[in-house]
Amino acid sequence: MTYDLTFAKEVYKNSEEGHWIKMCMQCGVCAGSCPMGFLGAWTHSPRQIFQMVRAGMRDEVLTSTDMWMCTSCYNCIVRCPRNLPITHIIHGLARYASVQGKADPKQPTHHFAKDIFWENIVATGRVGEAALTMKLYFKDGIGEGIKQGLEMKDSALGMLKAKRLKPIPFRGKIKGYPGFKAMLKKAFELENQKEGKA
Amino acid sequence: MEKKIGCYICTGCGIGEALDVKALGNIAAKEQKIPVVKNHEFLCGPEGINLIRNDMTAEGVNALVIVGCSHRVKTEEFRLGVAQMDRVDIRDKCLWVLDVPEGDKTAKEDRQMMASDYVRIGCVKVKKMNDPKPFEAPTPFSKDVLVVGGGIAGLSAALEVAQTGYNVLLVEKEETLGGKVAKMHKVSPSRAPYNKLEENPLPKLLAEVKGNKHIKILNNTIVQKTVGAPGLFDVTLKNGSGTSVERVGSIIIATGYRAYDPAKLEKRLGYGSSPDVITSMEFEEMAKAGKIVRKSDGKPAKRVAFSLCAGQRDSSHLEYCSGACCVYSLKQALYVIENQPDASAYLIYQEVRTPGQMEDFYRKVQNEGGIFIKGDVKQVSQGGTGLTLDVDDKILRKEIKMDVDLLVLATGMETTVDTTDPNSASPVGSQVDELPGSILNLQYRQGPGLPSLKNNFPDSHFICFPYETRRTGIYVAGPARRPMGIAASRTDAAGAALKAIQVVESVARGAAVHPRAGDLSFPSFREEGCTQCKRCTEECPFGAINEDQKGNPLFNPTRCRRCGTCMGACPQKIISFANYSVDMIGSMLKEMEIPEADEEKPRILVFACENDAIPAIDMVGRSRLGALSPFVRIIPLRCMGSMSLVWIADAMAKGYDGVLLMGCRHGTDYQCHNVRGSALAEIRLSKVSETLDRLQLESSRVKMVEVNIMDAETLPQVINDFVAEISKLDPNPYKEF
Repeated sequence: MTYDLTFAKEVYKNSEEGHWIKMCMQCGVCAGSCPMGFLGAWTHSPRQIFQMVRAGMRDEVLTSTDMWMCTSCYNCIVRCPRNLPITHIIHGLARYASVQGKADPKQPTHHFAKDIFWENIVATGRVGEAALTMKLYFKDGIGEGIKQGLEMKDSALGMLKAKRLKPIPFRGKIKGYPGFKAMLKKAFELENQKEGKA
Repeated sequence: MEKKIGCYICTGCGIGEALDVKALGNIAAKEQKIPVVKNHEFLCGPEGINLIRNDMTAEGVNALVIVGCSHRVKTEEFRLGVAQMDRVDIRDKCLWVLDVPEGDKTAKEDRQMMASDYVRIGCVKVKKMNDPKPFEAPTPFSKDVLVVGGGIAGLSAALEVAQTGYNVLLVEKEETLGGKVAKMHKVSPSRAPYNKLEENPLPKLLAEVKGNKHIKILNNTIVQKTVGAPGLFDVTLKNGSGTSVERVGSIIIATGYRAYDPAKLEKRLGYGSSPDVITSMEFEEMAKAGKIVRKSDGKPAKRVAFSLCAGQRDSSHLEYCSGACCVYSLKQALYVIENQPDASAYLIYQEVRTPGQMEDFYRKVQNEGGIFIKGDVKQVSQGGTGLTLDVDDKILRKEIKMDVDLLVLATGMETTVDTTDPNSASPVGSQVDELPGSILNLQYRQGPGLPSLKNNFPDSHFICFPYETRRTGIYVAGPARRPMGIAASRTDAAGAALKAIQVVESVARGAAVHPRAGDLSFPSFREEGCTQCKRCTEECPFGAINEDQKGNPLFNPTRCRRCGTCMGACPQKIISFANYSVDMIGSMLKEMEIPEADEEKPRILVFACENDAIPAIDMVGRSRLGALSPFVRIIPLRCMGSMSLVWIADAMAKGYDGVLLMGCRHGTDYQCHNVRGSALAEIRLSKVSETLDRLQLESSRVKMVEVNIMDAETLPQVINDFVAEISKLDPNPYKEF
């Protein structure tokens, strides 16, 4: 049944900043302000996603790749006449889709954020840029990795020269790494509590 | 009393340096034979004013020509209790709009000529003026106010009038007072923070009205007919089979709205096909009874849909937005969802329109969980659990189906006032003693109803002159005037009440109301010259003139707004005012000096409307928005409607090379202060080519332009372009005669 409010209420409650969705007045300023819209990167604009949430289109929203296209430019937040934190709502929905296991694991942004970046940072407590870049380039296989690496060779050398890229990838863990781990553990605990996973 | 004119020339503000004031004084004294002519370097200062006052007492000066700045400034200073006065503007409209480079003798000479001409016409104008004698009626004026309609607007209006001490006659056709608001459960917020439903204000208001000793309430009563004019309205009231006649000074119509008939709506909206499709008023009654249920089976209605436009903004029903339906639907949505977590309200809208502070209320309903769907209801059918709506969802961009218990149609508002198209021919002799459905049944030659402004609503201008119908002394408040909600109706009532009081007071002094507030003159006519052509009665924008059996005009001075449209319309030139006449303007334009053709100084006469064009020209001067050609001569008119074609013929015969008329915007979004003045001038002007042909002159010598008060920046261009066009023609050959 369309406009059954079960899903809307679920989002209002569980998705980060999701309760703001009810305040959208469908003016369309976000859709007109989104740079990804001009690139044709999404099928549904933020306001359409919001209306889909209200309409109870659970699967369509959670499996959509649209939320993952946000570049966090914050244009929509600045312009929204109703002061909705649209960027955050969209990130919240993306994360909620991931938590619910509905988001496509191969969606590049999702894959990068959830696997590559997360694993990299958790391992040492800081971003190991060389390893991160390598993993990103080689995520689709060796051939693709070499191709991308060569394409970016000049940039990489330039960054090395300017000391913006560390040549030695492994510098070990940060100071107080156990504390960092404990923090993460607590965060997971809180998160699970919030999502009712005990 | 002998008229003794004093001419006072101010030499301040640079006038003394720029112009030969002595020469101007000589024009007044020698050429125009003004007995007292004086200069002062600061005329609007206390010394200058004393100079004038002393002459008034010592020398017996009783008419004034004040030469200096525009009549739109220093009005208080020159309010000297002299009716026969003209302010000759040689500063704003001469000094400040002319470009005179240092050492340019010709330009300086041209400027002197312009100022001289203005002094001449100022003197002529005052010579042609008479003291207006305020109109006195044969029977006494009433200051009582009749309020028709006892709903929220009528009650508020009655109370507002009564609280200022005037007597009110409140007429209600029903058994009880209260109107539609009496049926309401709660009302939308009227005060900050605009997010709480409020208790119905009616009981408190009713108690106040009933307790006010100035208000006389007549239930079960209608107005059978209305005769007369402001201050002198004789209203026949009908109560059952009995009638009585009451004299009132002014009338406020607050008869409210008629909800659009839902049976006229398309079948797709389902009204009539299911008992669960209801109107907002029916829903309101349900809420008041405390039972929001499905009419079909009496089960509680948990899912309620509202169609926010049900015929509004639809050319086959009501073309316009009813302004209040979005807000009352928001209110009703709250009845459904407030304190009911398992209930849902769906508002299906085109655009949510929340005037005033109601955007906050819109937020409140969103925050409470109201669901807003931009789209149209395409079909209503009986589903398994209730109604099934097919909705064309314009955000999801597809047709969706949803099940609801109730569909509430927010129908729009139509006025209850009988109105007529102001441009249709007046129905002569259609007066009847009783006209069913007519609110006032005016016994006016122009018909029993009120002219409509738009969509049958009676008003003069929603922004500039609200509450004013085009019948003087009759005001309209609330949704009878334009669609609106409760809070707006109450402020509307206060506005109309003030107008109603203003008119009875003005009329008692013999003075005009807006836009020539305070003017004591009124039109008079020379009966023996009348040819019974009926143009004056036909053209008067305010329906001020009746006709006798023979077709002679019967003026109702208290209905008159002093625009002079009748004067301009009269082909016999027999209508005039004590301080404004065809002869006055004609003499003024003839008094100006027209240089010989070989001097190559053309003369362009500009007739400018005092209401918009003159202030715009003043702005050109004051803000130095550009220089005008030194060849123009401006004569202000009360309204373009008073423009007589004789003046055009006179101007051409005198030798002016062109005539430019600057009137207000007319047509659908008119800005004419007298509603139709500029439109009528344009119609008259279309006949001017005949006159020009007779004189064997090019018809392009006369042109009318619309000037808006905001047009000051482009005005020099408009005027100078016309001067350039005229300069291309040969000089007017009549200069030689």
